[in-house]
Amino acid sequence: MSQPLIEVDGLKKFFNVGKGSTLKAVNDISFSIQKGETLGLVGESGCGKSTAGRTILRLYEPTAGSVRFEGTDIYKLSPRKMKAMRRDMQMIFQDPYASLNPRFTVMDIIGEALDIHGLAGSRQERKKRVEELLDMVGLKSEHASRYPHEFSGGQRQRIGIARALAVNPKFIICDEPISALDVSIQAQVVNLLTELQNKLGLTYLFVAHDLSMVKHISDRVAVMYLGKVVELAPSEELYSNPQHPYTKTLLSAIPIPDPEVEVNKKRILLQDDATGPISGKNDAGSGGAFDLENSELVEVSKGHFVAMPRK
Amino acid sequence: MSLDSNTVKQTAALTPDDFRKLDASEKNAEVIQRESVSAWKDAWQRLVENKVAMGALIVLGLIVIAAIVGPMISKYNYYTNDLLATNQAPSLKDHWFGTDDLGRDMFVRTWMGARISLIVGLVAALIDLLIGVIYGGIMGYFGGRVDEIMNKFSEIIYAIPYLLVTILLLVVFEPSLGTIILALTITGWINMSWIVRGEIMQLKNREFVLASRSMGAGSGRLLFRHLLPNAVGPIIVTLTLSVPNAIFSEAFLSFLGLGVQAPVASLGSMVNDALTGWMYYPWRMLFPAILISVTMLAFNIFGDGLRDALDPKLKK
Repeated sequence: MSQPLIEVDGLKKFFNVGKGSTLKAVNDISFSIQKGETLGLVGESGCGKSTAGRTILRLYEPTAGSVRFEGTDIYKLSPRKMKAMRRDMQMIFQDPYASLNPRFTVMDIIGEALDIHGLAGSRQERKKRVEELLDMVGLKSEHASRYPHEFSGGQRQRIGIARALAVNPKFIICDEPISALDVSIQAQVVNLLTELQNKLGLTYLFVAHDLSMVKHISDRVAVMYLGKVVELAPSEELYSNPQHPYTKTLLSAIPIPDPEVEVNKKRILLQDDATGPISGKNDAGSGGAFDLENSELVEVSKGHFVAMPRK
Repeated sequence: MSLDSNTVKQTAALTPDDFRKLDASEKNAEVIQRESVSAWKDAWQRLVENKVAMGALIVLGLIVIAAIVGPMISKYNYYTNDLLATNQAPSLKDHWFGTDDLGRDMFVRTWMGARISLIVGLVAALIDLLIGVIYGGIMGYFGGRVDEIMNKFSEIIYAIPYLLVTILLLVVFEPSLGTIILALTITGWINMSWIVRGEIMQLKNREFVLASRSMGAGSGRLLFRHLLPNAVGPIIVTLTLSVPNAIFSEAFLSFLGLGVQAPVASLGSMVNDALTGWMYYPWRMLFPAILISVTMLAFNIFGDGLRDALDPKLKK
């Protein structure tokens, strides 16, 4: 197998929440993504998936671990080289209402990246490039002079996508890009993302909590719980043959659009008294009922990893 | 069930004639019809609709015009004594606002005083703005240790009684326009810096700031292009409300005799001069006192209106 585009190794991000307690938002996760692949990252709210995404982009400094992009460890880069690296890695944000500066026109929102990296020589060139990007995401060039509040949620998210594309990135982290949109628009945005992937050869890390959507878009899926990856497998395999009890619980929560099946379906409820990812100085550590602190990922079948207690 | 079979029958009966081609206009579904409105235009429209605030703005405009033009259109000046015409009552013929105990024309002196008050108010507020925005911006943006130290420093300054500092300063230096402004701004900027700090802290974790960082934007760009422009509403409101404060402080200090020195007039010192004979010559106190009150009221009402216009969420 060729060298992966991005390799995350032992990544940890702890937040100090005061009084000697630490919030272990991301606690030792490792995975790699091949060029052109989409890795889904799912988990319940607060399991650390957004933090993982932001730490991989170095929007947060990591507590430990490394992220190698085409072989270079991005945490070791100088600010100048990091700035150049940011052209290759971009992010699409969760809330299209909060991720666009309300004081900027669409032209400035998309054009900002061009300014920062000096990608547009003249005003005409900048305008042309912005219009090209708007066209790519299905918006009109007249929209360039508008302000974000004049757009609907789906349109705003497309502006966010155009902004991420402005620097010609190779890798895009989609941080729950569809969870703030209604269902009909979700499909539109996901289709746009797949279309762009095919056209531009993009690699995605798709963070979400909507399991069915993740299955649709991802080649492989990683399941996160309390800052740890509990299972990582090709998406078909994960959905048909979940191994870890947490994954089974999560999958049993997917609603099925058939009332008869839904009534008879057995929901697995999580029997876990874990207080969450915060732990005090002297605590042995969290991990809940699954004792994640003392488990490691084991390959049970080809490409299918499950967290198992360490022997 | 009947509904279902109905639908099925209709589907079966569909022929090509039931369809029509979409005309070109349908392709323009994404076009926004409404005229593009920037945040500023929007705020201005809300301000214009607020009749009380617009009234206050007009009053302020008239006061500013009168302070500029007033002393020019009178044939008198503010410093010439006319001992044959002391304490004249207001009349339409010569002294419109009457004269004071040295026979100086009250109309000219009142508007000269208004000039001083407005200059002090505006200059002090602008200096507060400059220091407060930079200091508060740095506190809010960098946070952590930087914020802790800088915030402690401003708290210490804030803890010194402002009147004491002011009086000391005015005793040490010659009382003049510059000294008053210096005295007012020594503690005045702190309020502004706290407002800016709070706004920046709130804004810096918003996703659009993260988005810009993920693009590789530096601190300068983030602070001056993203954070401060979004905090501009509260900044302007604080600015508008700090102008009457400064005007009042100046009037108050002048009333105590610590303000600008004679023969230059200030509204506060005129009220003080008038104290001696206010039962007999009430106009000497009335005109400057009314002008101080009206100016402050107008600034406060306008500031409130501006806040409602810039941040409509607060109102509804």
